[in-house]
Amino acid sequence: MREALLVAAKDLRIEMRSRVLLFQVAPFAVATLVLLGFALDADRSALRNFSPGLFWVAVLLTALLAAQRSVAVEHAGRAADALLLSGVGPARIFAGKALALAAQLAALEVGLGVAMVVLYDARIEHFGLAVASAAAATVGIAAAGTLYGVLAAPMGVRETLLPVMLLPVFAPVLIGATRAFGDALGTAATNGWAWFGLLGLFALVYAVFGALAYGPLLEAEA
Amino acid sequence: MESAVWLRDAVCCRGGFPALAGVDLDVTEGEVLLLRGPNGAGKTTLLRLLAGLASLDGGRGTVLGCDLGGERRELRPQVGLLGHDLMLYEDLTVTENLRFFAALAGASETEARAALERLEVSARLREVSLRRLSAGQRKRIAAAVLAVRRPRLWLLDEPHAGLDESGRAAVSGLVRDAAARGATVLLASHEAPAASEVATRTVHLAGGIVVSAAEAAVSPSAEARDA
Repeated sequence: MREALLVAAKDLRIEMRSRVLLFQVAPFAVATLVLLGFALDADRSALRNFSPGLFWVAVLLTALLAAQRSVAVEHAGRAADALLLSGVGPARIFAGKALALAAQLAALEVGLGVAMVVLYDARIEHFGLAVASAAAATVGIAAAGTLYGVLAAPMGVRETLLPVMLLPVFAPVLIGATRAFGDALGTAATNGWAWFGLLGLFALVYAVFGALAYGPLLEAEA
Repeated sequence: MESAVWLRDAVCCRGGFPALAGVDLDVTEGEVLLLRGPNGAGKTTLLRLLAGLASLDGGRGTVLGCDLGGERRELRPQVGLLGHDLMLYEDLTVTENLRFFAALAGASETEARAALERLEVSARLREVSLRRLSAGQRKRIAAAVLAVRRPRLWLLDEPHAGLDESGRAAVSGLVRDAAARGATVLLASHEAPAASEVATRTVHLAGGIVVSAAEAAVSPSAEARDA
């Protein structure tokens, strides 16, 4: 666990120093929300109804950038080799990188949530459901993003390949998180906790699968 | 003396091409071995194979008692590699890089600071991100990381390249210190004077195999050099 936290802290420190998240990824996320609003050309009440889906589309598009960045950090200068040589278990590297990615996504989601309230006039009616479903979705996205990131890493075209691989994987998260948020924001008559269960299952599957598969994939990259 | 490296007919392919095409090599613990050979001879691939970062595609081999076929994960923490890619994080400062790798290796902050001093990294550079440093300064930091990890086997790929006079002396001093502590060192270098000073034996590689000094002298690159 200590090694996973060291890896996570290292990734977060790199983001704080480079400020890619703050000055590139976050503005992209907000711009996506604004453009989706323009594209729908809807009034505020319609935007409020669509806000759960628009929010998660923006999160998933942003997650692609954040996952790319997480891979690039280890790819530059073959830093991943240094992690292998330091003897850190692959499952711990996976856990650390997924944790850092989840923390970055959570920060982005808070910012996007504020933007959604301001731009779309969204209101949260069930705060607990919103937080729980966002947490489960974020863990799932981070685990899948980290796993597919290392899968695409050795390929020369990973910048274009990773989105192609990840977007279909993210589809269950988009569906589940949109339904759960629909209930939490009072825009859809659905059982949000049932969808939270699906998000939790997705997160669990990708966390376990990622911890097992990350090692062989990292070896292939070396 | 125990064997640190034992390779028999070792084959290692990079992108389908056999960069090592049947290498036989014995290195005893505590030796400082200089690997020489023209570009493309397989020196870098050999070092990556011995580090457990490249897979053995044919033949047999053990490094520090670990089988290269199935015990690469056990081998890696005992090995330090200083390659062309410095394996550092460019957005972190010098101190942050050292602190991270020292923490993973279980080394203290004091040891990390001592390594920076050993490599003569000036105090004013320590809070600067690696991105802002020159190639030579970065190489000193990478060497300091290696020193902090204190591996049993040091694999150095052109360790003197890009360094000024004091940097070369610092790296050579580091190699001598490692050898004095009983570590085994393999260094690949085109810079014969600096590397020969610290090496106890020289092995020549050409075309992915070990060749004799006489054969190396008449290799195409040697002929071109002598022309």
